[in-house]
Amino acid sequence: MADVTLTIDGSSVSVPAGTTILKAAERLGRRVPTICYHDYCTANGLCRICVVEVDGVKPLLPACLSRVSEGMKVSTSSVRTERSRRTILEMLDSAVDLSEAPEIQKFIGDYHADRARFPEAERREVPVRDDNPMYIRDYAKCILCWRCVQVCADDAQFTYAINFKGRGFDTGIGTFFDKPMPETSCVFCGQCVGVCPTGALKSKREALLEQGVSFDEILQATRGGKKRRRKSP
Amino acid sequence: MIAPDRVVPTTCPYCGVGCNLELHIKDDYVYKVTSPFEAVVNHGNLCVKGRFGYDFIYNKDRVTTPLIRKKAQAPGARTQAFDRDQWREVSWDEALDYTTDRMVEIYQRDGADAMAVYCCAKATNEDNYLLQKLFRTLFRSNNIDHCTRLCHAGSVVALQMALGSSAMSNTAAEVIHSDLFLVTGSNTAETHPIIALQMKAAVANHGAKLIVVDPRRVEMVNWATLWLPEKPGTDVPLFSAMAHVIVKERLYNHDFIDRRTEGFEDFCKSIEHFTPEYAEAISGVDRNLIIQAARMYATAKNAAIYWALGIPEHSHGTDNAMSLIHLALLTGHIGRQGTGLNPLRGQNNVQGASDSGAMPWHYPGYQRVDEEASARKFEQAWNIEPGGLNRRLGLTTTEILSEVRPGGVRALHIMGENPMMSEPNLNHTRHMMEQVEFLAAQDLFINESGAYADVFLPAASWAEKEGTFTNTDRRVQRVRKALEPRGQARADWEIICDLAGRIEKKLGRQQTSFWAFRSPAEVLEEMGRVVPEYAGVKYSRIEKQGLQTPVWDDNHPGTPYLFAESFPRGRGKFYDIDYVPSVEMPDEEYPFILTTGRLLEHWHGGTLTRHSKLDDLYPHARIEINPADAARLKIEDDQAVRVSSRRGTVVLRAWVTQRTTVGVVFIPMHFAEAAANLLTIDALDPLAKIPEYKACAVRILPAGKEELPPTVTRGRY
Repeated sequence: MADVTLTIDGSSVSVPAGTTILKAAERLGRRVPTICYHDYCTANGLCRICVVEVDGVKPLLPACLSRVSEGMKVSTSSVRTERSRRTILEMLDSAVDLSEAPEIQKFIGDYHADRARFPEAERREVPVRDDNPMYIRDYAKCILCWRCVQVCADDAQFTYAINFKGRGFDTGIGTFFDKPMPETSCVFCGQCVGVCPTGALKSKREALLEQGVSFDEILQATRGGKKRRRKSP
Repeated sequence: MIAPDRVVPTTCPYCGVGCNLELHIKDDYVYKVTSPFEAVVNHGNLCVKGRFGYDFIYNKDRVTTPLIRKKAQAPGARTQAFDRDQWREVSWDEALDYTTDRMVEIYQRDGADAMAVYCCAKATNEDNYLLQKLFRTLFRSNNIDHCTRLCHAGSVVALQMALGSSAMSNTAAEVIHSDLFLVTGSNTAETHPIIALQMKAAVANHGAKLIVVDPRRVEMVNWATLWLPEKPGTDVPLFSAMAHVIVKERLYNHDFIDRRTEGFEDFCKSIEHFTPEYAEAISGVDRNLIIQAARMYATAKNAAIYWALGIPEHSHGTDNAMSLIHLALLTGHIGRQGTGLNPLRGQNNVQGASDSGAMPWHYPGYQRVDEEASARKFEQAWNIEPGGLNRRLGLTTTEILSEVRPGGVRALHIMGENPMMSEPNLNHTRHMMEQVEFLAAQDLFINESGAYADVFLPAASWAEKEGTFTNTDRRVQRVRKALEPRGQARADWEIICDLAGRIEKKLGRQQTSFWAFRSPAEVLEEMGRVVPEYAGVKYSRIEKQGLQTPVWDDNHPGTPYLFAESFPRGRGKFYDIDYVPSVEMPDEEYPFILTTGRLLEHWHGGTLTRHSKLDDLYPHARIEINPADAARLKIEDDQAVRVSSRRGTVVLRAWVTQRTTVGVVFIPMHFAEAAANLLTIDALDPLAKIPEYKACAVRILPAGKEELPPTVTRGRY
């Protein structure tokens, strides 16, 4: 494809047409912050932390999705983007347990997010789901980045065991009819665990070890998981 | 949040895909496994075994001290000892000296033919290279084989005959460049899960078409354009009928046939009678499906064939594979990206174990033992007096056990294999194991075979040693030592070198081979000097990413797909093959065809996975039976049934499911308490000596729940 030339933060760069602003900025060594974006997942522009300002475009654009165009002038760091990113971080921090998301923690520091900005905010508090022998699901830590759903579907596994459920604040990740994992199409590949950025999905062994259970005890534990029932096609 | 002490990159020890892993370790425990997303083999994806299946390392039942049987075992009265009190804990010196004394005694009394060894497709290239070297140089025996004989021997022989090579011709990741791929005899989604992901992506995201030919409604059928539900063992008529259609409709590649093949005219005559109607009558597949499949395959731009053990594991397995090879030779769908003949290898290192010479007819690199030039070459390389190496073909896996008798095989060394689960007709295997005079087992656990041993040599697991595995698409990848071996366990290559030194001393030969290896890297270098395809594979070159053999020299970049210019034998050759029915066909007494195979959650004989939490996901054996058959037999889902063949009986639960077709039942091979191989038939393919695991006749009767075997606690927590 033909190359497109654009300006990012005052520097000129030529990239193939169809490149995202995020990748074009990387060419220049500029790192636009991302949370939901993952190099090996389909980008969806959900978290909006990667927004950038483009001359002549009123709304801020998500860099992970927006494609470059000829002569485009991009600013990856402006008053508006900084304020927007800060607010996103403050809102995430007010509702979700980010204790195991070191990258987001670092952004909170970098952008001087005010952790007390929303003192009245309702926190997402849901019990840990421990319904299979392989991994646990602690959705109090879930930022709804969509990665787990995507790798379970067309980004990797084509298994479709999990998806979004609920609306608004009650949006969460779940199984069909909220069934325990062993009763779904889940094949326990753990692709979802591999892409989770916040520790919401975790190998059970790791979770038990964190709780102070000794490795010997973990190994000797009686067989836990519910009996697996595989569906006939 | 746990901070790892270290993160060690390595290669998965389960299937032949060869996924790249990162082991996260804290206080010597592997608490988490991830995979780098930039890994060329698996792009960060893993299956349940790869991500969660490593707790066997720490299982309490693992043997970490050398053991010798308390009660001396006599041939004919050998018994199984699973309990540790039947064994005496000994030092390595005692265990290895004892092994040396017994083996040398038998060798000096009965000669080379009395010695035999099972190498291991789970162990590294270096381990296998050394073990076959030990038996060839010290005991002058070619009775060396491993489980490849039980899996792809038919494919290997057919590919050798037709093309002169025996590996996957292309790289699995190339499937996204295929317009069409034909998958047969492979439950890819369960047995090669990561390759299945690439296949699904090819269909869902790249517009490829998939044809599945399989007696079971395996998961890949959900992604297929056509499903040809053949009866087990009818591959030759089905694929030859496809060839018939391609020839009759002149859909073949004239240019390719002229330039690259021989025997086309005779082949056309030989398939004259394989009409779609004839194939329908035998295989049960609608003739129109066969015609459609033939047209789709022949007219695709790039078409690839992938197959697993449903093709070779028949008494006519070589012919089955040949019928697939014919399709590629007719259409020229080989030697280009996205095409090819691709036997999916089962074990993590079955390709490598074969490459390293763990074979009865070949030295490392498929150089024949009965060819004077190659024998001379290895005598020189291994410092053996001229004429010293044995020129006679050795015994294959199944033949080794059938030859156990006075005057035949007397001493057997088993590294990591479990013939008491993996051989066909296990009652016969049991009888033969009882006759062995001396048996050494080298493994992690006392499995059904090791329980027969006189001496048990505790080996390090894959996470506790250095080495290389060669995956299904010929990629040699590093295995790294992430942990110190548990207890006194030692890496297989160290055990073998130590044992070899002792045997050599005891034999007192004039000339000695080299055994003083300091690291597996040195072993691979020696192997590279005698195997041209491995000449350029050096540890320093594969630290980050594996190389695909052949790698002819230190600067060669490796070979993603084979046969671009020519075949190793020159021209691809067509053969005249005919339909031979399976040895045992269903009849009134035994009306069902039993086929066997693997599950996603378990691994082969179960030595590893049944010592893991993976066992929780699929804890007991079930026979898959079609709802129509179940209704006729008045069998309900989860009910106990008694399944008998002419050789044995097992009692297990029924799983009433459309995963299998009418008249065909399936039992997975992993469960010792209801071992599928008690039922299977030990009929062998005449050329490849591979047993017919995929078809035998059984009868099924309802049974009471109380007749089910007790839950096996040995091997679980």
